[in-house]
Amino acid sequence: MTSISLVVNRENVVESIDDRLTLADFLRDKLNLTGTHLGCEHGACGACTVLVDDEPIRSCITLAASVEGKSVTTIEGFDADPAVEVIRDCFSAAHGLQCGFCTPGMVLTVRDILKRERCSSPAQIRLELAGNLCRCTGYAGIVKATEMARDRLKGGS
Amino acid sequence: MKAAKINYHRANTLEDAITLATRLGGTSKYMAGGQSLLPMMNLRLTLSEAVIDISAIAALRESKAVDGKLFIGAGVTHAMIEDGKVADPARGYLKEVAGGIAYRSIRNKGTIGGSLAHADPSADWPAALLALGGSAVICGADGVRNVPLADFQLGLMQTCLRENDILQGVLLPRLSAGARWSYIKFCHKVGEFAHSIGAVVLDPGLGLANAVLGAAGSKPVALPSVSSRLAAGMSLNNLSGDEFSALVERDLAEVTEHERTSYEFHLHKTIITRAVTEALKK
Repeated sequence: MTSISLVVNRENVVESIDDRLTLADFLRDKLNLTGTHLGCEHGACGACTVLVDDEPIRSCITLAASVEGKSVTTIEGFDADPAVEVIRDCFSAAHGLQCGFCTPGMVLTVRDILKRERCSSPAQIRLELAGNLCRCTGYAGIVKATEMARDRLKGGS
Repeated sequence: MKAAKINYHRANTLEDAITLATRLGGTSKYMAGGQSLLPMMNLRLTLSEAVIDISAIAALRESKAVDGKLFIGAGVTHAMIEDGKVADPARGYLKEVAGGIAYRSIRNKGTIGGSLAHADPSADWPAALLALGGSAVICGADGVRNVPLADFQLGLMQTCLRENDILQGVLLPRLSAGARWSYIKFCHKVGEFAHSIGAVVLDPGLGLANAVLGAAGSKPVALPSVSSRLAAGMSLNNLSGDEFSALVERDLAEVTEHERTSYEFHLHKTIITRAVTEALKK
């Protein structure tokens, strides 16, 4: 067992954990933040994407113990984030989700690619989203939602 | 699946890491970004009892000029190179390779040294840096030594790293103004491990002419005939005839085990030809 101290969604958290626990299981099972989803558990599907120190990472292939002292933001931590507010609206308007399983990972990845300005064309958006798998909605709506969000955020509305 | 039981340790200096690994006596594994180790732990393909996290070691994040070359610390992430946060001594080559590795959320954690030390035959850095003619800087219990990358990877996930050694970084040449390079890989899906990699670096100023094939066997390999032909001076016109095609086939027959009529042979030939073409176009 290892004791870890970190910030999750702007709150300090101190917990005693099993060394083998992944960040994803820590968030879901210890903190009950079940918006972080587990699909493949080996880094291929992107459903478990969270931000660590404001950069997207895969929480299923990150040991919770290794996040000591860092700041984690999960999908539950974006209620007051202006970009995510727009992205959420656009996913809804453009039919960017159906079952919702991949959506938390998609939303955080889209936020990152908009921030890094890697979204100039549908082809570039598809390239950047290649690490996030959707198995029911299809990517057309997700790409459309990303374009809409890009345009709305650029327009400052 | 979930990982089997392990003990987690964090090292803050290279010395601490090596001391810790020595004390644990061969049952531990160093972890940098963990982007290959964790999937393997989750799939229970590794048997280590302990993980030594080396991601907090400041010395592994350094990059600095050393005798006209550039040292890049093993702990530098792919994203840092992609974003230009680390100088690119190879005129955009490293940036191009880094930006094509897996996905951004992997690149934020995965490291250049971790990729080399893990030595997956289909990974990007082993092939790319072999073509660049880099060398590995290895820190062991008895000091630091340099090993050319051609002698670093021995085979499938095997390197010359001895028990408890840590790869401290890579030493890379600075390419001249007239240098040309290309890095081409074939993936069925963006971000997956490549099915074929062609890396070409030409720098007459430094006497570099390397064509490397990756993802074709147990480790990336230099193509002797193609490299010599490039060293002798080649232009795009030389690619159209049978001569170059025969050279590629001769190399592939020598360095791979694929039948000439196989899909793989044809794929590697296509990728190498494309890589040489792209380099000569620059």
